Amino acid sequence: MSRIEAVNDFVVKFANVNGSGSASANELFAKAILRMGVPVSPRNIFPSNIQGLPTWYEVRVSEAGWLGRRGGVDMMVAMNPQTWDQDVKEISPGGYLFYDSTKPLPPEAFRKDVEVIAMPVTAICNATYEDSRQRQLFKNIMVLGALSQLMDMDPAVIERLFAEQYRGKEKLLDSNVRALHAGREFARDHLTQGLGLKVRRADKVGNRIFLDGNSAAALGCVYGGATVCAWYPITPSSSVAEAFDKYCSKYRVDPATGQHRYAIVQAEDEIASIGMITGAGWNGARAFTATSGPGVSLMTEFLGLAYFAEIPLTIIDVQRGGPSTGMPTRTQQADLISSAYASHGDTKHVLLLPQDPRECFEHAAAALDLADRLQTPVFVMTDLDIGMNQRLCEPLAWDESRTYDRGKVMTAEELEAGKDFGRYKDVDGDGIPWRTLPGTHPTRGAYFTRGTTRDEYARYSEAGPDYLRNVERLLRKFATAATLVPQPVLKPAAQKTRLGVIYFGSTAPAMDEALEALDAADIHLDGLRLRAFPFPQSVRDFIAAHDQVFVVEQNRDAQMRTLLINELEVAPARLTKVLHFDGTPITARFITQAITRHVHALATTPR
Amino acid sequence: MTYLAKPKLHHPSLAKNRVGYTRRDYEGKVSTLCAGCGHDSVSSAIVQACWQLDIEPHRVAKLSGIGCSSKTPDYFLGASHGFNTVHGRMPSVLTGANLANRGLLYLGISGDGDSASIGLGQFAHAMRRGVRMVYIVENNGVYGLTKGQFSATADRGSVAKKGAVNHDAAIDLVSLALQLGATYVARGFSGDKAQLVPLIEGAIRHGGAAFIDVISPCVAFNNHAGSTRSYDYVREHNEAVSRIDFIDLAPEQTVGADEDLVCVPQHDGSTMRLRRVKPDYDATDRIAAMNQVQALHAAGEIATGLLYVDPEARDLHLGLNTVAWPLNTLGEAELCPGGEVLEKINAGLR
Repeated sequence: MSRIEAVNDFVVKFANVNGSGSASANELFAKAILRMGVPVSPRNIFPSNIQGLPTWYEVRVSEAGWLGRRGGVDMMVAMNPQTWDQDVKEISPGGYLFYDSTKPLPPEAFRKDVEVIAMPVTAICNATYEDSRQRQLFKNIMVLGALSQLMDMDPAVIERLFAEQYRGKEKLLDSNVRALHAGREFARDHLTQGLGLKVRRADKVGNRIFLDGNSAAALGCVYGGATVCAWYPITPSSSVAEAFDKYCSKYRVDPATGQHRYAIVQAEDEIASIGMITGAGWNGARAFTATSGPGVSLMTEFLGLAYFAEIPLTIIDVQRGGPSTGMPTRTQQADLISSAYASHGDTKHVLLLPQDPRECFEHAAAALDLADRLQTPVFVMTDLDIGMNQRLCEPLAWDESRTYDRGKVMTAEELEAGKDFGRYKDVDGDGIPWRTLPGTHPTRGAYFTRGTTRDEYARYSEAGPDYLRNVERLLRKFATAATLVPQPVLKPAAQKTRLGVIYFGSTAPAMDEALEALDAADIHLDGLRLRAFPFPQSVRDFIAAHDQVFVVEQNRDAQMRTLLINELEVAPARLTKVLHFDGTPITARFITQAITRHVHALATTPR
Repeated sequence: MTYLAKPKLHHPSLAKNRVGYTRRDYEGKVSTLCAGCGHDSVSSAIVQACWQLDIEPHRVAKLSGIGCSSKTPDYFLGASHGFNTVHGRMPSVLTGANLANRGLLYLGISGDGDSASIGLGQFAHAMRRGVRMVYIVENNGVYGLTKGQFSATADRGSVAKKGAVNHDAAIDLVSLALQLGATYVARGFSGDKAQLVPLIEGAIRHGGAAFIDVISPCVAFNNHAGSTRSYDYVREHNEAVSRIDFIDLAPEQTVGADEDLVCVPQHDGSTMRLRRVKPDYDATDRIAAMNQVQALHAAGEIATGLLYVDPEARDLHLGLNTVAWPLNTLGEAELCPGGEVLEKINAGLR
């Protein structure tokens, strides 16, 4: 078996123990490669546990710029005896196994088709450091040093990263640099068989930034003008509110008084958090919460109220594996139906579907505008894969001339001028009524908000025609929403084809790569990346223009396909499921293989 | 239709308050509650208090949950925005509304089912957060809208109209509010308007979370022998710890010295005058208040009056250090850090 030889195009996976301090060293590895101008996409694969359980960090290095998961592992850095068998098994034939050889292992612990690189990391650390914490932490840095030597990485790049990280903490900086070089020297002197995976300087990163989706969504809320955030901690969404707090404390403080131009409340539960933003939205503040599937379940009653009473609010749903507690620290796109139709009765909610941190930023800001414009809940449906992993993306951008769309809010002057105000009247024909904010006018504009049916002037009513007028207007409003939400992105095939593929969200980077691989294999598909629900007209047109459309998504029940069938009344046979839902991010290889299989089957099935 | 508009006509000689409104301007729609319902008396007391304090009706936001009591905001302050939310969750909605605009007066109206059963959690957290509001529970120990089931405030051993005996211990919201750190805690009786109106006035002027538990008998389902929330029972067992007058910012006028009178200055400069009926009762002592409520309860009595007040109440906004003007009035210039800052953020992410 020939060993894998690759420059700037491989996958390294680190197997560690949660709480061992490996995370920062792993991140440094990825960042160092980025600084050498080579795109990387790292993914944390971690347990729902604080300490002691297995955790992995998979780094894809791709000069071609593919940021999705590729599938397969070229090198395993196996630092966790608990998962040894599983980790060794995962390495591609011809790949590499780097391990801590302090304790000898029997020959059957290794594979013949994998090259072993042994470094007695623990022994070296124990000989170098007295303190047990240092022994543990510097183990990771020594491994980083050894890998950097084996892969020809520039140590100056890593040293600069250390300098940035430990600015003002010279002692820490020095000891880290020493550990790095100790690792490099060991590799130079003892690991003479070398490694077929190399990093060479390139210029493929460009102007791009390296950011996680949760921080980006939080920044979107800052830029989009959110002033009230109420939240309840839940993985993987907690860092949205935490990042919002961090950015607000920097950019939203009144310089004269030191007072805050924002309010953040950690509520007692998800019900209270959405209750608070419902109250804030009713009262004219831009308000949001961040949560995940179980939180959305708890919020559904309020979502029905906000939908029916027509109150703007924004929910950042960072999806994880369900149902129930499911897989709290694994990724899925499985909250689509429960969010789109959240609450009892006939409800429909707007969903935005960002593909990367840059779109998390844009969609969060857009959601605040859309919620105000449409006076309804708007979801930003991210997931753990984009939310908690750093991803290379285009720099965040803000148009300075942009103003917030506050929607149809009638002012005291307009009321004074005698403008007819009926809270639930469709005066503009777009299904969106005008509203007033509490406290606006002494005698005009006050109304009673409720979840029960009312007439156009917000007066309680149980009359059938009043109910119909309301709920049919809400459908018109939803149709208006389809014209206002981010439109889908078409990715035409290299040549004319009757096959299409629909995908969305964090699937996009793996899909981009799969489309190119399929194209190379003479399977041509037009791609359509959805960016929102309700579906704009172009989605209907896309499906109509193709004989067969694959719908690629990360859940068991093909929830997006169901939404397409339900909302567009598409014949189910036209839409083929391509599903990945084991909690790991979908890979380009999986998509390529699944679609290839389907296409071959289609070709051989009499039609 | 359970909606009835009140005729707009009223007597031209009705007295106006300092902001130019008559008492009628503080009324709402015609109540659809049962004739004689205690809740209507509470509505009337709210109308009286707001009129007397010269509150502009449109500067009030009235919020409620679900239940008979939660329907009442429709029956007072018709010129105010009202919000009938979901069962038991009024406190969170009010909290958010208050965060959005700290400049309005927030009235939270709830019932014993709404606050002590399904909404106990939200009640507790609103109290401990110190959201500035007047939180009134119209407490009748029974679910009226669903026809007579016990609520969590029904006393153990009390009997329902259909004969069922309550075997669970009662939740006393006043004791809870005291323990949770509410800074204004009172209990009134809907049949005693003279006591209730000043209690509401004090709550309106209070600077933090003000809670008033109002025993408000349900004439349809809980006003019979065997009930401990009936008019007769409450009248017989009511033990007022204090009678209060509320003096607003206008110059105080008193007549002679009065040994039973204690003046408690409020954060906004107004004064609450407590007339003690129990010489040893100190309404600024939280622990004494808790003891008093429990001691009377053990004796089968219901303590009413202003049970506790902290004149130095903290508001949620103080804790959050929010700007003095409403957050819902801030625009792009105050909220958006701008493109230049974004460029710096981008630069830090490479």
